[in-house]
Amino acid sequence: MPKDQGIGASSKRREDVRFLTGKGQYTDDINRPDQVYAYFLRSNVAHGTLNGVDTAAASAAPGVLRVFTAADLEGVGGIPCGWLITDKNGDPMKEPKHPILAEGKVNHVGDPIACVVAESLNQARDAAEMIEPDISELPAVIDMRAAISGGPAVHTEAPDNICYDWDFVAENKDAVAEAIAGAHHVTTLELVNNRMVANPMEPRAAIGEYDAGRGEHTLYTTSQNPHLTRLLMGAFVLSIPEHKLRVVAPDVGGGFGTKIAHYAEEAFVTWAAKEVGRPVKWTADRSEAFMSDTHGRDHVTKVELALDENGKFLAYRSTTLANMGAYLSTFSTCVPTWLHGILLAGNYTTPLIFTNVKAVFTNTVPLDASRGAGRPEATFQLERTIDKAAREMGIDPIELRRRNFIAPDAFPYQTPVAVEYDTGNYHATMDKAVEMADLDGFAARKAESAARGKLRGLGIVHYIEACGIAPSALVGSLGARAGLYEAATVRVNPTGNVSVFTGSHSHGQGHETTFAQVVAEMLGCDEANVDIVHGDTARIPFGMGTYGSRSLAVGGSAIYRSVEKIIAKAKKIAAHLMEASDADVTFADGQFTVAGTDKSVDWGTVALTAYVPHNFPHDTLEPGLEETSFYDPANFTYPAGAYICEVEVDADTGKVEIQSFIAADDFGNIVNPMIVEGQVHGGVAHGLGQALLEHCIYDSDGQLVSASFMDYAMPRADDLPSFVVDHSCATPCTHNPLGVKGCGEAGAIGSPPTLVNAVVDALSDHGVTHIDMPLTPSRVWAAIQAAKN
Amino acid sequence: MPSISMTVNGKTVSGDIEGRTLLVQFLRENLRLTGTHVGCDTSQCGACVVIMNGDSVKACTVLAASADGADVKTIEGMANADGSLSVIQQAFQDNHGLQCGFCTPGMVMSAADLLHQNPSPSEGEIRDWLEGNICRCTGYHNIVKSIQAAAASLSA
Repeated sequence: MPKDQGIGASSKRREDVRFLTGKGQYTDDINRPDQVYAYFLRSNVAHGTLNGVDTAAASAAPGVLRVFTAADLEGVGGIPCGWLITDKNGDPMKEPKHPILAEGKVNHVGDPIACVVAESLNQARDAAEMIEPDISELPAVIDMRAAISGGPAVHTEAPDNICYDWDFVAENKDAVAEAIAGAHHVTTLELVNNRMVANPMEPRAAIGEYDAGRGEHTLYTTSQNPHLTRLLMGAFVLSIPEHKLRVVAPDVGGGFGTKIAHYAEEAFVTWAAKEVGRPVKWTADRSEAFMSDTHGRDHVTKVELALDENGKFLAYRSTTLANMGAYLSTFSTCVPTWLHGILLAGNYTTPLIFTNVKAVFTNTVPLDASRGAGRPEATFQLERTIDKAAREMGIDPIELRRRNFIAPDAFPYQTPVAVEYDTGNYHATMDKAVEMADLDGFAARKAESAARGKLRGLGIVHYIEACGIAPSALVGSLGARAGLYEAATVRVNPTGNVSVFTGSHSHGQGHETTFAQVVAEMLGCDEANVDIVHGDTARIPFGMGTYGSRSLAVGGSAIYRSVEKIIAKAKKIAAHLMEASDADVTFADGQFTVAGTDKSVDWGTVALTAYVPHNFPHDTLEPGLEETSFYDPANFTYPAGAYICEVEVDADTGKVEIQSFIAADDFGNIVNPMIVEGQVHGGVAHGLGQALLEHCIYDSDGQLVSASFMDYAMPRADDLPSFVVDHSCATPCTHNPLGVKGCGEAGAIGSPPTLVNAVVDALSDHGVTHIDMPLTPSRVWAAIQAAKN
Repeated sequence: MPSISMTVNGKTVSGDIEGRTLLVQFLRENLRLTGTHVGCDTSQCGACVVIMNGDSVKACTVLAASADGADVKTIEGMANADGSLSVIQQAFQDNHGLQCGFCTPGMVMSAADLLHQNPSPSEGEIRDWLEGNICRCTGYHNIVKSIQAAAASLSA
C-alpha cells in the first residue's frame, strides 16, 4: 500500500471525478426505453372529505395513458410504519392507514389524490389540471396544543389526535418529582424545536419498470436504503417477493434523513409500470418536495432541571409534544422516543430523569428523521436549560458543565436512561474547544464590538449523540420492526483486485473512498485496486442503509469482518502453495510468509490460485475467494464534543452575525480526516440554518406558507463563516473493530443550542432569557423590546 | 414547434421544441447532457448554472428558444482537452468542495464566471457571489476554499 493511503489518510475522493464532469447518474438522469411520465394531483386543502374524483376530461387529454385514483389500487396496501411504540398504559400506538392515493379523505396539503400517466411530463401536468376532485372541506388542526385539546380529529382511530402517550423512564416518575420538589434550585424552560425541511438538493424521483417476460419489477429511486425500501414496499404495499423486485438507488443527491422513508410515489410508479406496460418516471419539483418529503423536528417541550447548591444536577424532567403530521412515516415514531429519551443524560451524571412524550397527529406533512433525528431535540433542550441554570445560579456555564460531567475514568457509564456509554472524555474536548476559542480575549472582543454599537455573545455547548444505529436485540425490544445490522461481501477477483458490495449507501458521505481505505489498509494494497459497490439490491447481498451516522461503524465493520475472513482463507491457500501449516503463515504488506523461513508468496499469486485450483485439496479447501458478513453492533456509539460560537447582535435591527464557530469533536478513530471535517462543516451549517434561518410554516388553515426556496430560508454562503474544527480528542469506540463512532450528524446536533446560547448571552444584559428558533431579526428585535417592557 | 440551434460545448446542436421548453430541459432531455441539474423551480438554488455567451445564467430561467444562436458551455465541457480535470474542477476535488455532487456543476460553472470577472476574490466576495447557489452538504466552507485555491492556481 502506498504510504499516503489507508486508514488516517485524507485520500481524495474518487467519486468526485464523475460529479465534477457531469457524469454522475442521479435518478432523474436515468431514462428507460419507452418510458412515460407520472404527475400527481395533490390536495390543496389540509383536511377534507373526498367525495369523488372526476377524471373523464383528463383521461381524454392528449398523450394520456391512464388517470389513476384510489379506486384503481384495489389490493395495494398502505405505507407501513417501521417502529411500534407502546404507550404508558401498555397499548400499541394508533396507526391509521397511509394510502398510496387518498381514500375518501385528504389529510394534508400535498396529499396525493390522483396520478396522470402520459407520454410527456407536460401532457401529464396539463391533464392533471383537468381533474376535478370533489372535496368537502373539514376544519383543519395544525397546532399540536389545539389538536390534543378538543381539536378536530385527523383520524377517527385517534379521536384525541394522540398517536401515543409515552413515559420514560416510567419507574423514575415519582422519584424525579420528589427530587424537583425538594431541590435547592429548579430551572424551567419552555421551548419550541422548530419544524424544518431537510431539503437535499436533489428532489426525490422514482422510475418503475416491469419485465413481463420474467415477471420482474425494478424501481430506481432516491433512497438512503434500497433494501429497506424493497422490504417495506414488497412485503407490505405491493406484495412482490424480494426475488422479483430490484431496487436501485444510484447516485443520490443528499439525504439528511428524508430519503430513509418509503414513499407513496415509489410504490405507485412500481405498480403503475405493470399496469400501463411501460416504465413510469416521476420527479418531484421543489414545491412538491416541500409538500411531500418528510419534515423534521417540530417539538414543543417544557423542561425542569433540579440542582443542589453547588450546581450538581439532581433530576431532569421534560414533557414534549411531538408532531407526527397526518400519517406515520417509516421511522417517525422512534424519533421522539428512543432516539430522544435515551440522550437526556447528555454528558452528565444526572441520576434521575423522566420524560413524557405525546405524539400528535395534525393536518400537516408527515414528519420523520432529519439529520440527527431526536438527538438534536434532546441536546437542544438540555444544553439550553443548563445555560439558563448557569445564569440563574451565577455559575460560569463551562464550570457548571464540568461539575456535572461524567468523569473520564467512569466509563463504561450506565446512564439512568437505558444506554451505556462505552467511552468518552468530555473534559478533554471542552479543554480543546476552550483553547481554540481564545476565551481570554473575549472580553476585549466584546468591548470592541460594543464600541461599534454591537452586542457580542459567547455560546458554549457540550453534546452527545448515539450513533452506529443499532443493536438489533436492543431495538427489537424497543419496538423496531427490523434488525439494524449491516451486510458486506468482499470479492477478491482472480487477478487480485477487490470488489466490495456494501449495504451502506453513499449520498455524499464518500464511502467509495473511505471504505476502500479500510480494505487497502487491511490487505496492504493500493486503494485503486479496491472498488466499492452500493445501491442496488441485485448486486448487494443485503443492507439496512445509511442513516444515524452508521455507515462506517456498522457497514464498515461488516466489511472489516469479511476482509478478516478473506485473509484467513488466503492464508490457507498460501499455506497450500508453500507446503506449510496454516498456523505458520503470516500476512503483511500484501505478502504471505512462513514464519522463520524465506518462503513467501504474494497476494496476486494467492488470488489467482483461488480461481485456478488445479491441485487444491478439495476436501478441505474450496476454490474462490469471496466472503460475506452480517455485522450487528453490540451497542450504539457515542460521539461527543464541545462547540463554541461567538455572535454579534445589532440591537436596533435584531440581526445576528456569526463571528466564529469552533468544534472539538470526539469521533473515536478517523479513517479520512478530510471527509470527517467536511461532514462537520455541513452538519454545523445545517444546525445553524435551523437556529438562524429555517422555519417551515403552516397558516391556521393548514396551507404550507414556506413551500419554496423563496419562502423557506436555506443557509447560503454569505450567511455563514468558515469553521474551525478539531477531532484530536479521540476515545476510540470499544465495541467495533475500527474503533469509530460516526460523524455525520454531530454538527447538526451541537450547533443549534450553541448559537442560541450565544445570542442569549449577547442579550442577557437586556434581560432576554430565551428566544425560540429561528433567531430571525424580527424575533430577536421583538425579544429585546419585550424584555425592555 | 419552433426549431432552434445553438453551440453547446463547442458543438452545433439543434432541435424542435415546445415554446415553453426551458434551456435546462433542452440540455437534459433533448441533448441528454444530464450534468446540469434542477434543484428548485424558483431560480434560487443554482444547480442549473451554465455559461451562456460568456456569462453564468440559471438554465431554469432561460427559455430554450431565447438561447437560439447562443454559445453555451455546461459542466460536460469544462474538462481539459485531454479529459483531465480543469483547474477549478481539480481544486474542488483537492479541497473536498463537494459531497453529494448535486449542486456541484452549478458551483463550478458559477465559480468559473466569478474567476473570469475577478481573478483574486476575497472570502467575502466569494461568499457574496455564491448567494445564488445553494449547497446542503458542505456548509460552503470547502467550496470557498476550493475557489480560493483555484484562483491561486490560475494566477500563479
